[in-house]
Amino acid sequence: MLAFALRRLFAALPTLFVLLTLAFFMMRAAPGGPFDSERSLPPQIEAALRSEYQLDAPLWRQYLNYVEAVLHGDLGPSFQYEGYRVSELIAAGLPVSLALGVCALLLALLVGGAIGVLAARRPGSVLDHLLMNLALLGVSVPNYVVAPLLILLFAIVLGCLPAGGWRHRDYADMVLPVVALALPQIAYIARLLRASLIDALAMPYLRTARAKGLPEHLLIFRHALRPALLPVISHLGPATAGLMTGSVVVEQIFGIPGLGRYFVQAALNRDYTLVLGVVLLYGALILAFNFVVDLLYGALDPRLRRT
Amino acid sequence: MRRRALHCLVGCIAVLLPVCSSAAMDSLLRIGNGPEPESLDPQRMSSVSALNIARDLGEGLTRIAADGRVLPAAAQGWQIADGGRRYTFELRDHLHWSNGEALTASDFVDGLRRAVDPATGSPFAQLLSPIANADAITGGKAPVSMLAAWALSPTRLQILLKQPTPYFPSLLAHPVSFPVYGPALARYGRGFARPGRLVSNGAYQLVDWQVQAQVELRRNAHYWDDADTHIDRVQYLPTDDIASELQRYRANEIDVSSEIPLVQAPALRTQFGAQLHVAPYLGSYYYGFNVQQPPFAGRRDLRLALSLAIDRELIVDKVMNGLALPAYGWVPPGVADYRAQSPAWASWSRQKSVSEAKRLYAACGYSKDRPLRIELRYNTHDDHKRIATVIAAMWKQTLGVETSLINEENKVFLAQRRLRRITQVFRASWIGDYDDPSSFLDVLTARNGRNDMGWHDQTYDALIDSAAQQADPRRRAALLERAERRAVDDMPFIPIYWYVSKHLVKPRVRGWHDNLLDVHYSKDLRLDDPAD
Amino acid sequence: MRPHTTSPGMRAALAALACVVALVIVGPWFSPYACDEIDFSGTWSAAPTLVHAHWFGTDSLGRDLFVRTLCGGRISLLVGAVSTLVSLLVGVACGAVAGYIGGRLDGLLMRIVDVLYALPFMFFVIVLMVLFGRHLLLMFVAIGAVNWLDMARVVRGQTLALRERDFIAAARLSGLSDLQIIRRHVVPNLFGLVAVYAAVTLPQVILIESFLSFLGLGVQAPATSWGALINDGAREMDVTPWSLLFPAAFLSVTLLLLNLLGEQLRARLSSRGGPAA
Repeated sequence: MLAFALRRLFAALPTLFVLLTLAFFMMRAAPGGPFDSERSLPPQIEAALRSEYQLDAPLWRQYLNYVEAVLHGDLGPSFQYEGYRVSELIAAGLPVSLALGVCALLLALLVGGAIGVLAARRPGSVLDHLLMNLALLGVSVPNYVVAPLLILLFAIVLGCLPAGGWRHRDYADMVLPVVALALPQIAYIARLLRASLIDALAMPYLRTARAKGLPEHLLIFRHALRPALLPVISHLGPATAGLMTGSVVVEQIFGIPGLGRYFVQAALNRDYTLVLGVVLLYGALILAFNFVVDLLYGALDPRLRRT
Repeated sequence: MRRRALHCLVGCIAVLLPVCSSAAMDSLLRIGNGPEPESLDPQRMSSVSALNIARDLGEGLTRIAADGRVLPAAAQGWQIADGGRRYTFELRDHLHWSNGEALTASDFVDGLRRAVDPATGSPFAQLLSPIANADAITGGKAPVSMLAAWALSPTRLQILLKQPTPYFPSLLAHPVSFPVYGPALARYGRGFARPGRLVSNGAYQLVDWQVQAQVELRRNAHYWDDADTHIDRVQYLPTDDIASELQRYRANEIDVSSEIPLVQAPALRTQFGAQLHVAPYLGSYYYGFNVQQPPFAGRRDLRLALSLAIDRELIVDKVMNGLALPAYGWVPPGVADYRAQSPAWASWSRQKSVSEAKRLYAACGYSKDRPLRIELRYNTHDDHKRIATVIAAMWKQTLGVETSLINEENKVFLAQRRLRRITQVFRASWIGDYDDPSSFLDVLTARNGRNDMGWHDQTYDALIDSAAQQADPRRRAALLERAERRAVDDMPFIPIYWYVSKHLVKPRVRGWHDNLLDVHYSKDLRLDDPAD
Repeated sequence: MRPHTTSPGMRAALAALACVVALVIVGPWFSPYACDEIDFSGTWSAAPTLVHAHWFGTDSLGRDLFVRTLCGGRISLLVGAVSTLVSLLVGVACGAVAGYIGGRLDGLLMRIVDVLYALPFMFFVIVLMVLFGRHLLLMFVAIGAVNWLDMARVVRGQTLALRERDFIAAARLSGLSDLQIIRRHVVPNLFGLVAVYAAVTLPQVILIESFLSFLGLGVQAPATSWGALINDGAREMDVTPWSLLFPAAFLSVTLLLLNLLGEQLRARLSSRGGPAA
């Protein structure tokens, strides 16, 4: 087990390295630089800035410097936020994004799971059709349509939740963004679970169990759910990636200081170091999450444990 | 288990309640501030949102009054000698930094030196170029100690200018000329403008900065005019998304909005009435021509035809929903002691403009079968897109010009514009830094780095230079007006509209006055009921 | 194998989808307005009405929303179709070659796929759009290039299974080259799987395009897409609700139909006992 984990870890390092290299050169290939603005800088001042941030060295030199710094655990200074290190900004943004993402994922699993089970109990019933069509709609309406509607309804019309912002330890601020982020995933998970649950319930041994008069809820929760969760688990990888992308929209609309918003603004402002830092973090998160998914998968499906 | 959680919750509420009520005693102003400030270092910041905060944190020798006039601030007054070139400022007695240490004239000199030092990398360094030797220092040709600003005594400061500059006192209200607290700079370097490190001299001090979430200020008890400061706490909240900002204003989460969404203007007018503050703002929105490349190089008539074909009234009325003023010249109206110039055709009827535009267009050799094909570039923004779409349609309808709209991401756009190779017509805007025509007219000189049109006119430059030498304000204005007329006649740009400032301000905020620079000090405001 | 029957659900979804596509293609011809035409004399932000043939109303620049919604649909569907095609071509080629030839090449290709999986996808697309500008063609490639990963993995797995089958061995014995076998025997046997994946990818791609439009990186004005229209509409939601309603309805219905279709296809594929994914 430990050997497996270590092997995965070592396999991940070159991947991250390639990712970093790719991102570094792509970012540098983009036209415009961090100091371009509507206001033009006198050449001496621009030169001073470039040398301060070591942008005056040849590109390969900058790349080597950067890689060396990263290997020492230093992600460099931010270009956009004067006097901040990238690691500080990530340390500020990551908890926010994680809180948002984890809550949204849990909500999606709980609600999506509940809907999936409800619908799978009576396939073809009115309830099933209703739930599944709702879920399809949930997948089909983009985040940025849902978010303003949620604000309109809950913050303006009902006035019971804040319209945006992120105050320290104010949980009310999280409700709408988490819901907006979770909705498409709720819908997706519900559909996924329903389908696999129906398949599982059709298995011969469960048919036998049912024929023997095992109560429905025991049938589902004790026997069918475990194998039926496999596709949901393997969806968690893409789901995390989806939540990351979705968080860009949600963070922007609700004004939340998370990584998604940092990332987009850093890319647009050519804040090279911050972009690379966030990319690296995202890459590591995705890899780590895939690893966790594999572990979960192994735990739920003994047949896979040997590989 | 569940019961224990409940107990915890009740306990927390019980603990928090007294905290909340004591916090509610403080008056708190929440300001929607647009994009996240990039820095709170007065010499390094560049964005409007950062400058807004800086004016609460720090204080220069002068300040801008609520009505736009220049008032003494840290200085109690000044004398001008040597034909307008020598300023001697007398500081107020007992000035202090926010940590209680004495604030002296040499702190102000340090601030000015730091601003012009190329090693600082200040985006506003050129604002201080009227000070003798400032340009040489910024250009790396002289040491910072050569800057013609001296502390004569702890409370007296002298500045020598290279030429009479009537607007010089207003430059000292700009954060770039604020004093710096040397020990913090020495200790923390670039990162000194952070909570717990920044020592400031204004009405407020920095207590909290969560990037992308909020900047919080608290009143500075050591400020000389603290007795006359009414609001205890000020929160600046970043609001990138204007539509969301409006919702937060509606939900009573902010007291002052940075902007309002254009499309909603008519509805907001009826909904909010007096809460909506719209006033002229020192900014110009224009389209520049690349006059160094075909098809616009040396073709003034073609440029004029395109300009005449634009119905500015319609753009202001329907696209901007009244949140702008139609523009015909270069310097916005309302600048102190100056008559903004507009061309003769500004007063023409729409029909006359269109027929003249058609005549000029045909005279340039274009027709329905041989239309002009141009590219119009703008940076990614919804409002720029809307205006470009309408202008392209106007050109198409009146002249038959085939315009391709090219939306470029901001940095790409700026880089292309500066290169002047593939750019033909581009969107641009200029916001004045101080209330004087030179803030605008300098942009069109050949030496200015912001002259992206590539328009070089010796007569124009000569007029600007001789105006700079002129001590008499009336003669100076006359020279500047002649220069502007020259630029407007040659049309290297198409003026489209003048900006207006647009804020929503809650009725409980008192003392809000609109002004041309859109400068508002929290110190001047008061709140009706602190609890709300 | 059971005879080819289409379920009523699938037939309905197909028919409705065909209606949407037909409407999007021919609809604009029935309106007196052009896609980017500004009606300078008409009312801007007008509510839907039959009088001036502004059936969906006009947007905040006086353009007819009916025509714009349909024109936007053309772009959205085009982006969807072409990007899906790109991702299919790349994915099938890569997956089939990796799976069939195996060995080092397989390891290398799958390594690339792994690396790209760890690349935060939106970063990729944002940088591509910034680098290459807003060219429609490049958008296809950018979006398609990101979406081929799943396809490649699934196809590879399927090919690995196919490789062991008798008819492939027979083909190999008859002296066909690897590429010929891949082209003639492997790829045709992947059709069912590919169809399912295409149906799954298409709505995703359309959503990605709309996400790009949200960031302001979408199609070049005055052309438009459903994403761009919805983004504009969401901004004006409380003033002119119809500017959000119509494009959002079109997008959602289309995605709904595509998702339905995908589900039906998948159900059919798995019930046929064909290559199970």
